[in-house]
Amino acid sequence: MISQRLLLSLLGLLVTVLFLASLLIGPAALGLSESLAALFTGNGGPVVLVMQEIRLPRAILGLLVGAVLGLSGAAMQGFLRNPLAEPGLIGVSSSAALGAVLALQTGLAAAFTLALPLAALTGAALSVLLILALAGPRGGALSLILAGIAISALTGAGTQLVLNLSANPFAVMEIVYWMMGSLADRSMTHVWIAAPFMLAGSVMLILTGRALDALTLGEDAAQSMGISLRRLRLMIILGTASAIGASVAVAGAIGFVGLVIPHLLRPLTGGQPSRLLPAAMLGGAAMLLAADIAVRLIAPDQDLKLGVLTALIGAPFFLHLLWRMRGVEA
Amino acid sequence: MNLLHLENLTVKRGTCPVLDGISLTVGQGEFVGLIGPNGAGKTTLLRAALGLLPHQGQANLAALSPQDRARIAAFLPQSRDIAWPVTVEAIVSLGRVPHGTGPLHAQDRAAIDRALDRMGLAGFRGRTATALSGGEQARVLIARALAQETPLLLADEPVAGLDPAAQIRTMQVFADLAAEGRAVIASVHDLGLAARHCTRLIMLETGRIAADGPPREVLSDALLARVFGVQGFHAETSQGHIFQPLSVTR
Repeated sequence: MISQRLLLSLLGLLVTVLFLASLLIGPAALGLSESLAALFTGNGGPVVLVMQEIRLPRAILGLLVGAVLGLSGAAMQGFLRNPLAEPGLIGVSSSAALGAVLALQTGLAAAFTLALPLAALTGAALSVLLILALAGPRGGALSLILAGIAISALTGAGTQLVLNLSANPFAVMEIVYWMMGSLADRSMTHVWIAAPFMLAGSVMLILTGRALDALTLGEDAAQSMGISLRRLRLMIILGTASAIGASVAVAGAIGFVGLVIPHLLRPLTGGQPSRLLPAAMLGGAAMLLAADIAVRLIAPDQDLKLGVLTALIGAPFFLHLLWRMRGVEA
Repeated sequence: MNLLHLENLTVKRGTCPVLDGISLTVGQGEFVGLIGPNGAGKTTLLRAALGLLPHQGQANLAALSPQDRARIAAFLPQSRDIAWPVTVEAIVSLGRVPHGTGPLHAQDRAAIDRALDRMGLAGFRGRTATALSGGEQARVLIARALAQETPLLLADEPVAGLDPAAQIRTMQVFADLAAEGRAVIASVHDLGLAARHCTRLIMLETGRIAADGPPREVLSDALLARVFGVQGFHAETSQGHIFQPLSVTR
């Protein structure tokens, strides 16, 4: 365990470096000083266009999406007291994805750029209402997990149904590619639509740190220490839904960041959820920025999808985790 | 001054009453042992008294906001959950959560030190709690409840699974707290420990109070046979009242 200040400084530095790298790496070969100057100048040349309209929104979204994935993963694991929990567990991701899929299938997304993110946010909001209705009044974790699994299964089936019945092969292809998750070809409009939800959600989640620390000792102990479980659960649900709903709306479903990052950083934060939250936020941003740089470097001409890459890295890690747990429990 | 006041407290599971019309008060200076066979309602009584369970009747603590309650009563649950590999000191520090936000003040640190000392854990501070033995973890969790430094402490089977020294130490710490003018209510299965250290015993039988009073009155042969189905050996010694269960009567 290293000091929290040092850990956050190092992660912050890493994020800064990767953010700059994300701005400077791309198919258009631009010089360093030329690119950075173009970020801050107003003339409409091609370099300015590439930097301000293509790379800047991509880098910002990488930063934001990664940050909320890491943060909500850490919060969800803390709340459920389970290292295998991830932000999608409460059904928000798959509900937002269903909203987006419906927008793609109906052609709304093609007719109107913001239709897709708005439909995804609507899906996320509906899932929150559903989960609050299903999860019962007393604030326990188990009912939340079960309600989340039910909602994920239902909305997942909805997505499958759309694909199943779709008469339009182009829409199907578009849906399939969208579901792989990507940050390519996003605009500043995407940043503006997602950022407020992500910020609001992040603030809610960061504020749960103390309650999550108390919850380390179980629900009864936490309540006896003055923690309101109902309030905590509401903050976790609303915070995750807002942040993850917005993230799915602009980037699609990107798996494993929310699972892997809290895990990697937990030993460095002494296991305390309140310390893990900010660290996982920075760590998630770093991982997603790095993965988004990697997809551009590995296959510049192939449009390798970001979600595919994070799953390719994340799944073996997940197996490693299970393997280690098996060793401990045996 | 009454720290705990229950009036006709009833908890139902479905239509079946698990706790049935419990009325009692506990005041400063009392170390109350809550005894009764498995399923008598000890845990339910403690949880309902804190308002952690839906209940009927009156409970003074349940009427308070969670924050206010946490400054008056600390609770040690029966299940000994430690979800993450945090240090002993971090766990004991959680006892200060009800006493304000932000970084720990000098008085918080002093409370944490006192709690660690009382449980003989001063040397365990930096150890990872999840790597300790079950009994050591139990002592860490008791220290957490002590660090809360509340006038009232409710503990659900605090000495289960502890070695003899730790059992006696824990009971002695609770008796000391009572002697200092605080109050402790602990459910205990070891009737010998309860007889020796508690100032008062409350015996529960299928959700009702079967007896409430000084240990030697509550641990009468008739009540022990009826409620617990055991009989045993009593003696008054210079060390106090000694009781050892010997055989099963039914």
